[in-house]
Amino acid sequence: MSQPIIEIRSLGKTFHTQNAEVHALNDINLSMEKGDIFGIIGMSGAGKSTLVRCINMLERPTEGTVLFDGRDLSGLSNRELREARRSMGMIFQQFNLLMQRTALGNICFPMEIAGADKAPAKKRAKELLELVGLSDRAKAYPAQLSGGQKQRVAIARALATDPKVLLCDEATSALDPTTTRSILALLKDINRRLGITIVIITHEMSVIEEICNRVAIISDSRIAETGLVRDIFNRPKTAAAQKLVYPEGRYSQRPISKRCMRIVFDGSSSFEPVIANMVLENKAPVNIMYADTKNIDGKAFGQMVVQLPEDKDLAQKMFDYIRAKGLSAEEVSDYVG
Amino acid sequence: MWDETTLNMLVQGVGETLYMTLMSTLFAYLIGLPAGILLVTSAKDGIRPRPALYKTLDVIVNVTRSIPFLILLVAIIPFTRMVAGTTIGPTAAIVPLTLSAAPFVARLVESSLKEVDVGVVEAAQSMGASDAQIIRKVLIPEAVPSLIVGCVIAVTTILGYSAMAGFVGGGGLGTIAINYGLYRYQNDMMLVTVVLLVLIVQLFQGIGMRLAGVNDKRKK
Ligand SMILES: Nc1ncnc2c1ncn2[C@@H]1O[C@H](COP(=O)(O)OP(=O)(O)O)[C@@H](O)[C@H]1O
Ligand SMILES: [Mg+2]
Repeated sequence: MSQPIIEIRSLGKTFHTQNAEVHALNDINLSMEKGDIFGIIGMSGAGKSTLVRCINMLERPTEGTVLFDGRDLSGLSNRELREARRSMGMIFQQFNLLMQRTALGNICFPMEIAGADKAPAKKRAKELLELVGLSDRAKAYPAQLSGGQKQRVAIARALATDPKVLLCDEATSALDPTTTRSILALLKDINRRLGITIVIITHEMSVIEEICNRVAIISDSRIAETGLVRDIFNRPKTAAAQKLVYPEGRYSQRPISKRCMRIVFDGSSSFEPVIANMVLENKAPVNIMYADTKNIDGKAFGQMVVQLPEDKDLAQKMFDYIRAKGLSAEEVSDYVG
Repeated sequence: MWDETTLNMLVQGVGETLYMTLMSTLFAYLIGLPAGILLVTSAKDGIRPRPALYKTLDVIVNVTRSIPFLILLVAIIPFTRMVAGTTIGPTAAIVPLTLSAAPFVARLVESSLKEVDVGVVEAAQSMGASDAQIIRKVLIPEAVPSLIVGCVIAVTTILGYSAMAGFVGGGGLGTIAINYGLYRYQNDMMLVTVVLLVLIVQLFQGIGMRLAGVNDKRKK
């Protein structure tokens, strides 16, 4: 494989506050390949924002290094660093647009900063507005735009200097679910069409499932687990990962039996009514405890937890049925309400 | 009393007051604007923290702001003579007015610039903006409506002080008020100067607020 676009090596960040030392990041090692949509997920306060801010050195790490396209960023002078940042766009939860500039003016801003000529900058800004689907709002001020539109302008602005990487810190956390989906679709489109590597920081598993191919789970300032989204999603190993894959409070019923089966749809089977067929064939009811199936990357993807009959043989038959359909199924009994 | 000489005197008084006020405001901003910017950028949470510089400026601003205007006016008479070549008249009054208003202006500018969202500054940094670019292209333009409101406050405050300077020979409406209204018991003259001062304040206020409104794109 070619050289990673971002490589983080034993990165640490300690904040010295008046009362205490806060170890926001500890021994972080990550490598992101060109073209990745790399998710970093964790609970609030886990250190996600600090990590993404260390990638473009808005926050200077106290230990370790960040290699961007093979270059150690911590060794750069201020001027070199400003130069390097032009290859890393960033978008934020609160959009952070200039309120006194129009949408077009906002997109011109990074090009002005880089010393570009006015006319070509304006031309490029218009193209970018078109890319994000806002050609008709060029003259609108941020106060006149909806949250989703503001984030589109912010994305266009971040792309203005032709970055290799787009860093997104909770970019959809202030948006409603429909707008979130449209922004994620736009990011995916940008990743495909422009080949820009995207780093997505989020606390929502649904965002990761929707567009990321790789994910790192950050918990208590450390990386708990990292890998392909489907692997982590199918078999979360660490407690931190399990907590994110089955969020608490989503099971409404208390199980009558303790025997449950978790079925994972990883895109390899056709989307037939597998549970209904299983029930029909075995002539015994099951209780659906939890279901979350989606169309991800054009494939059926997701999971379901069903409560099986107490009868051991019957339960085993159901396992066999599911496995015969090419789905992975495992027994779970330890998450009883 | 409304003969030609009185009218001429009042017109001249208004002219001198405007001259003192506007020139002092201009000079106060020449000192106060950079000082205010430095206060914001050198602060602990500023774009280029410089604790020693911040502390020094902060103390200077606080100390000079706490000197009452009339005392400052008298205390710096030698300095005023050196700069303006005289110690009476509107031009001489500009010196103490400027010195007294500059720290006040620095605070006004500081508070306006502090209103700018740190997230926007951070976004500019993430795009590779230098500190100078952040000041010129983010902090000041984003704070324009608030800076204009601050400027109106500065002008009207300086106008009030200019009348006080007029009491000790600074010229303008303040001198007319004291010479005719106080020493010669001409109450109508006193009333006229007060009305004129109020009108001037209203004028500045009106222009300033309209400008601030026009320049604020945060409203829909
Ligand atoms: N500038 C700072 N000074 C002191 N502590 C900080 C600072 N920034 C972040 N922290 C602390 O570091 C930890 C991680 O914060 P953050 O990276 O913002 O988490 P997340 O984005 O995952 O919610 C938190 O405990 C937070 O309080
Ligand atoms: Mg955060």
